[in-house]
Amino acid sequence: MSVETENGETDGESTFGTVSRTRDVAFRYVALAATLVGIVSLALLLANVAVDAVGWLDWQFLTSPPHPSPFEAGIFPALVGSIALMLLIALITFPLGVGAAIYLEEYASGGLLTRFIQINIANLAGVPSVVYGLLGLGLFVGLLNLGFGTLLVAGFTISLLILPIVIITSQEAIRAVPDSQRQASYGMGATKWQTIRNVVLPRAMPGILTGTILALGRAIGETAPLIMIGAPTTVFGVPNSLFSKISAMPMQIYTWAQYPETEFQYGVVAAAAVTLLVVFLAINSIAILIRNKYQQRTEQ
Amino acid sequence: MSTTDLSRDGARSVRGTAMRVLFALCAFLSILTTVAIVLTLLLDAVDFFAAVSPIEFLTGTKWSPTNEPVAFGVLPLVSGTLIITFGSAAIALPIGLLTAIYLSEYASDRRRAFLKPALEVLASVPTVIYGYFALVYVTPALDTFLPLSTFNALSASIMVGIMIIPMVSSISEDAMSAVPDSLRQASYGLGATKFTVSTSVVVPAALSGIFSSFILALSRAIGETMIVAIAAGQTPRMVDLTDPAGLFLDSIQTMTAAMVQIGASDVVGQSTAYKGLFAVGLTLFAITFVMNLVSEWVASRYREVYR
Repeated sequence: MSVETENGETDGESTFGTVSRTRDVAFRYVALAATLVGIVSLALLLANVAVDAVGWLDWQFLTSPPHPSPFEAGIFPALVGSIALMLLIALITFPLGVGAAIYLEEYASGGLLTRFIQINIANLAGVPSVVYGLLGLGLFVGLLNLGFGTLLVAGFTISLLILPIVIITSQEAIRAVPDSQRQASYGMGATKWQTIRNVVLPRAMPGILTGTILALGRAIGETAPLIMIGAPTTVFGVPNSLFSKISAMPMQIYTWAQYPETEFQYGVVAAAAVTLLVVFLAINSIAILIRNKYQQRTEQ
Repeated sequence: MSTTDLSRDGARSVRGTAMRVLFALCAFLSILTTVAIVLTLLLDAVDFFAAVSPIEFLTGTKWSPTNEPVAFGVLPLVSGTLIITFGSAAIALPIGLLTAIYLSEYASDRRRAFLKPALEVLASVPTVIYGYFALVYVTPALDTFLPLSTFNALSASIMVGIMIIPMVSSISEDAMSAVPDSLRQASYGLGATKFTVSTSVVVPAALSGIFSSFILALSRAIGETMIVAIAAGQTPRMVDLTDPAGLFLDSIQTMTAAMVQIGASDVVGQSTAYKGLFAVGLTLFAITFVMNLVSEWVASRYREVYR
């Protein structure tokens, strides 16, 4: 610890050292400062971007397509693209993630295969998102020929990326259902599937929803996979089929951030960043609302 | 399942079996994903290594995939990644560890209930926004007293560091909270202060969990893409250890940023640059995969200690 050297090592014999009140109090404040430094930095940056976005983030910005002039540029296609993408990802990951979690928690034997799947899922959660982008490029664009940067390819790619998170959080929710409830259901003569459908899933659903929605919050900010699957840098229309090329807010931010003009750097991009953050916060708030409602219900 | 399992399994009903198979397929999809990742990376990487020898790739000191004369040495990219990893670790490891100590040993329940979610936010902000912050706020702010390039490793490292703080702090805190209270009480009984208990008892007892969090955080820093692609620049260069300041003040290129650069350009599907993308991806995947495994191994060894 840096504090230790500041106060000098007067004690040579014992690892416990001398009892120093000053050192004790100083360390407490150093630790508190360390805890706050990240939070405060982020708060400052958010305040900066919010101030910069003032005057740029308006109705015109939200409803216009991108434009070479910063004063006419808008985020509409990217905003719609992001929301369409998120809905598609929700449709794909929710059944697959919950299904996998049910298998691992309710059916799997806990043997070698189950442990292997479990370790594999944990590892998939740690694979860099840019690598998932390569998977999308090689598999969905290259092998299956679903087209560069289409809504479908983006949806599949990012779904695979967040699936491990959905599975892990769903498993936790299912594991939290007391075993007594399952046994009570079996005791009434219910089959395994009936028990899962009527007892386990309803009880675990708030937790599953919270985890899935939080994962969607992560999905909406993903940029690297979109770049790798060849999502176009600028799209002027909203997607009208699964095979439309789509833009998404993070992709648009990345594109605009490379423009050298000050109006883009401290105006348009700030507005786009705030838009993305607002959508991101809205998604997370929904998740937190569900969690709070659920917690209150169990307390009663 | 407990020993008093009363379940009639689906063997007797068609629907029960069908559901079981369906759910099993969902779980096996995760294995398929891993297989698909490895195969996609390998297939194109093998093609690449037919054109560029693996030795040239792994030992070459020049990376120029699209501009003549083309060169495919991965070392400049690895050194760029190392700079970012080292820089972000210098920020996140001490801060994350101190945060974990504070949360586990000092903070009141009320404070912890506020601080923990606030810290989690740090890890969940979209990284493209962090990259933008680094480029338009951090770099100009540091530029007032440091001779910085527009794109530099320093502000990218700081942003990556802030992003991975919660990864260090939350796993380390879990490990510290798992240290039995009896150890703390014994130490207090000997007249130790809270500082001594925290640093000489709790931290050593939680060491494997702390190491596990460090490795995981470093793995995340290595794989981080958008922050470095936006703020650290696109200049593949070897680390010049004789010029320590220059390491961070100038533009570099990481493995991930190089992938983004090729991915965003219009390289033809069968070109060597396109294949090289997968070779770099394979290298990145191998590094992070091994680190994640090591982290898990360290953590699982730790778990057995106090059970």
